[in-house]
Amino acid sequence: MVEFALPKNSKITGGKSWPKPAGATETREFRVYRWNPDDGKNPSVDTYYVDTYDCGPMVLDGLIWIKNHIDPSLTFRRSCREGVCGSCAMNIDGQNTLACTRSMHDVKDGAVKINPLPHQPVVKDLVPDLTNFYAQYASIEPWLKTTSPTPQKEWKQSHEDREKLDGLYECILCACCSTSCPSYWWNSERYLGPAALLQANRWVSDSRDEATGERLDDLEDPFRLYRCHTIMNCAKACPKGLNPAEAIAELKLKLVERQI
Amino acid sequence: MQVYRWTLTMALSIVHRATGIALYAGTLLLVWWLVAAASGHAAYATVQAFTGSIIGRLIVFGYTWALMHHMLSGLRHLVWDLGYGFKANEREALTWGALIGGIVLTVLIWIIAYAIGGVR
Repeated sequence: MVEFALPKNSKITGGKSWPKPAGATETREFRVYRWNPDDGKNPSVDTYYVDTYDCGPMVLDGLIWIKNHIDPSLTFRRSCREGVCGSCAMNIDGQNTLACTRSMHDVKDGAVKINPLPHQPVVKDLVPDLTNFYAQYASIEPWLKTTSPTPQKEWKQSHEDREKLDGLYECILCACCSTSCPSYWWNSERYLGPAALLQANRWVSDSRDEATGERLDDLEDPFRLYRCHTIMNCAKACPKGLNPAEAIAELKLKLVERQI
Repeated sequence: MQVYRWTLTMALSIVHRATGIALYAGTLLLVWWLVAAASGHAAYATVQAFTGSIIGRLIVFGYTWALMHHMLSGLRHLVWDLGYGFKANEREALTWGALIGGIVLTVLIWIIAYAIGGVR
């Protein structure tokens, strides 16, 4: 449902300011969302100072530096540190992106403010619970569905047909787009969200797939697909430069075209 | 949602909806005016007095803007629904176009209205 304010037990209160690292000549201020499920307290925003001479340029480098040198309890997901895995998706400076590909020096005015992905349950600190997001991905049945007999070798696809998947197959399911969408914030239990819909279009567009009709039938729903109001936050947020808004528009077009 | 930095397209999306709601209310005013015009001189004069007042003029001005903005913004959505204008620079240009175009058209209509009608 539409929520403008956080529920009482999620309101951000206070926060600890950690001392500047001793001997550092240049520091960058980080303000990081903290919440611990075990201490019964409301979330807070802690302030840290990162020694930029001792630290890589990316926001993720800063977080790892904090964890290693200041506060080992700071919790976040990360893996590949180069924009391939999508683990470190978070809200940095008011926009969802990957901490590993966002330079802390590109964040302008003042502190680097970091929050977990918006409108998802928080597991701890910057770790969101993406169970619903993954379930929605599973619901679009992201695998090749065929009825004709399996060929002896591979399913063949022409170069032209393969090119139709460009801009769709690169999605790493980091959830930056879906959790940037106001429609998804308020209807995430019924609206599939940009990421799952981009994937849906990826399978609808696949020349080898033989379930296009059923896939489109499943999407033809006022909530699952049509909660998209072309707000475009998804396309702006995508750290891989993809365009879920366009993919959704293509789905809507395909639904219209098949009736003509 | 308070942490999310406002984007242009996000702001204009909610403005589109707000102007849409405003148009419902504004259309009631239009009906009132038409009904009054049909029911006689006295009733019509009441409406004219209201729309001629400062508040009345502000409301009609706001209604003009809501109508113009909603129309241009609707055209923007039509372009998107046809599958065009999704590139970063295109969608920003379309959105700025709707915002500025709506204001320009509104002011133009009022200038023309005053020029040909004088003060009502």
